Amino acid sequence: MDFLNALILLLNYIFVPALAYGSQLAIGAIFVTLIYGILRFANFATGDMMSFGTMVAILFTWYFQSLGLSLGFLPTALLAIPFAILFMGSYMLMIDKFVFKYYRLNKSPPVQLAMVSIGVMFVTQAVVRIIIGPSDRRFFDGEKFLIRASEFKNITGLNEGLAIKSTQVITIVVTIILVSTLFWFLNKTKTGKSMRAYSDNEDLALLSGIDPKKIVMITWMIAAILATIGGVLYGLDKSFKPFTYFNNMLPIFAAAIVGGIGNPFGAFLGGYVIAFSEILLTYAYKKFFMYVLPESMEPDSLIQLLSTDYKFAVSFSILVIVLLYRPSGIFKGKIL
Amino acid sequence: MMGLIILVGIFQSWNIALSIFNLCLISAVMTMGANIQWGYAGLINFGIMGFTALGGLAAVLISVNPVQEAWSAGGTNILLSLLLIIGIVLAVRLVLKKYQKSKIRGYIIAAIIISGIIIIRFVSEPGIEAIEEVNPAKTGFLGGLGLPIIFSWIAGAFFAGGLAFVIGKVALGLRADYLAIATLLISEIVIAIIKHEDWLTRGVKNVIGLKRPAPYEVNLQQTDWFINLVEKFNSGKLALISDITERQAALNQFVIEGSSIFVKLCYSGLFLVVVIILLILTQKALYSPWGRMMRAIRDNEEAANAMGKNVVKQHLLIFVLGSAIVGIAGAMLVTQDGLFTPGSYRPLRYTFLIWVMVIVGGSGNNFGAILGGFVVWFLWIEAAPIGLYLVNLTTAGLEDTHFLKVHLIESVPYFRFLMMGIGLLLIMRYRPKGILPEKIEIK
Repeated sequence: MDFLNALILLLNYIFVPALAYGSQLAIGAIFVTLIYGILRFANFATGDMMSFGTMVAILFTWYFQSLGLSLGFLPTALLAIPFAILFMGSYMLMIDKFVFKYYRLNKSPPVQLAMVSIGVMFVTQAVVRIIIGPSDRRFFDGEKFLIRASEFKNITGLNEGLAIKSTQVITIVVTIILVSTLFWFLNKTKTGKSMRAYSDNEDLALLSGIDPKKIVMITWMIAAILATIGGVLYGLDKSFKPFTYFNNMLPIFAAAIVGGIGNPFGAFLGGYVIAFSEILLTYAYKKFFMYVLPESMEPDSLIQLLSTDYKFAVSFSILVIVLLYRPSGIFKGKIL
Repeated sequence: MMGLIILVGIFQSWNIALSIFNLCLISAVMTMGANIQWGYAGLINFGIMGFTALGGLAAVLISVNPVQEAWSAGGTNILLSLLLIIGIVLAVRLVLKKYQKSKIRGYIIAAIIISGIIIIRFVSEPGIEAIEEVNPAKTGFLGGLGLPIIFSWIAGAFFAGGLAFVIGKVALGLRADYLAIATLLISEIVIAIIKHEDWLTRGVKNVIGLKRPAPYEVNLQQTDWFINLVEKFNSGKLALISDITERQAALNQFVIEGSSIFVKLCYSGLFLVVVIILLILTQKALYSPWGRMMRAIRDNEEAANAMGKNVVKQHLLIFVLGSAIVGIAGAMLVTQDGLFTPGSYRPLRYTFLIWVMVIVGGSGNNFGAILGGFVVWFLWIEAAPIGLYLVNLTTAGLEDTHFLKVHLIESVPYFRFLMMGIGLLLIMRYRPKGILPEKIEIK
């Protein structure tokens, strides 16, 4: 019984939240990695592009809510996602046309493109703040919990409850669908294969008749899908605040690099590596040991490896260690 | 540029104009630091924020009076932990030196570090708790050395330089955009530590009321020579007022205004000295054989290496130098504000904005860096009034209560981001070398 309690404790406080947070990071990391692999620059506007997509989705959600549309127990925001993606895609293509295209055609060094992306970051941030304002917004509606902690306790008769928020389930399900479709697209379809070929060797790809314009356009469209869905899922699970989204760029970068930049599968796993290590290292294990160990050996302190204040610092330290010992990432990415 | 600041002085107030001017000077110092790294050597440092914060920390640690109770409560534990850290570093170095590269060596090093961290936690925790319990509303930290705050400018340089040495040792081998991301994340770690190690920095409780290198306004308002000076300065206006009590009141008003302007002028003088010294040094360095070598390394690393230049060593040197200058700026900033607020260090303001300054001003040109610092900071501050003016102009046809107009006027503060972004994009596109491009004269 004690063992089961301990297990539920870990599931409730570590596994489920980390899985949801990891999925959100993973989507962002695939976004970063695609841009890096195909368009060849580190996109510092990542967080703000995600917040732009989320903002559009929120505006649509409000519109649908005012029309009285809803999805029942599911959040209305899911209905808004396709419209937000269309909007986001056109915004990205516009940015590409007016900003990035010039540098790509001139074959500017990646550093210059990264600097340009900082300009885009400033502009996007301004647009988001001007349109929707900098404050914290919740746009979740529908059923909040799939299982409440108290219900779980009643059903199983255990001391520890397991609460599963519906947003966590939605996050995980949507991530699985999205990522598996993406990998199917990249590995099985002709367009996906030509994208990978373009990422591997630009000149060879051009020689074999791949149209770079089409590749770039599709990449931005996929990026728009990833940015919008990733942003909306994060916003549903926590809340939408432009500043938080900007800060999320950092663990997302960490996930992409840990997984091996330019490698979408690595980025996917990298998201979970970052999320789990953040939560595992900052969780206080006192209660867990109280269940597992006999009474005489119960710990006095919190048994917390690091204080929760250092959550971000954990992922960055992992990144620094990986950069130093395996610059190509855990799952071999591009050799830089 | 000076003309614009003087215009602000005439139209808004001299007080605002001088505070803009002072922050322009500080920004110029930061930009010079970043410019040395990027313009001279082509190193991207997105960790400006971390070095600025360390400079600020130096200001606290140098100028605040030591808290005796805290030292007696937990000082020994902290010193012991410090010794332990040094011990760990030495042990790791010893292992690195003595044993060949192998898996076992990796495990030994990991074991030393992990066990060291655990021991340090056990040693330091009671000390930290004891220190933080000493009068937490006012102190709750170890305090500093109690020296004049001016010294912290030098200490800030050493702090930032020291951190840069460590970062440079491990991260400078990375490719350009990896280095950018790594430094960005490392600077976040630095901020996290400064924010949460309350025994050292008071964390988010902030340190207020730091010493000043300039006189206090209140004291100035009571000194005779200053009142006489203000009277002389404003004699024309005062002469117009006939009534004696009214004249006295007007004089008092002038003295109060004058005192804050005088204090700001003191700061401006100090900052100007720093900027001029740095400008002379960097200009000399740029045209010295060393500067030539740096440019050679920047333009073609392999060729410079083949000519027998030690690229790694020079990169490390310039990374340390540039970061040290940023550290000075960080200490200057805290000196001017008189308070240290770890929560206010945000990458947008302290890293990306500085980079906009470098790019806009002209990388590789010291005058360009200073100009960039002035122009961008000026726009950053004045963007809100300009934005308000534009909003009023474009929505002139709408009624005052129209929701669009109200919304736009509320979001005027964010026009600064828009302005920075568009400015950066335009400069990158049409003048990629900045307003004042790099000029190499062969003498």
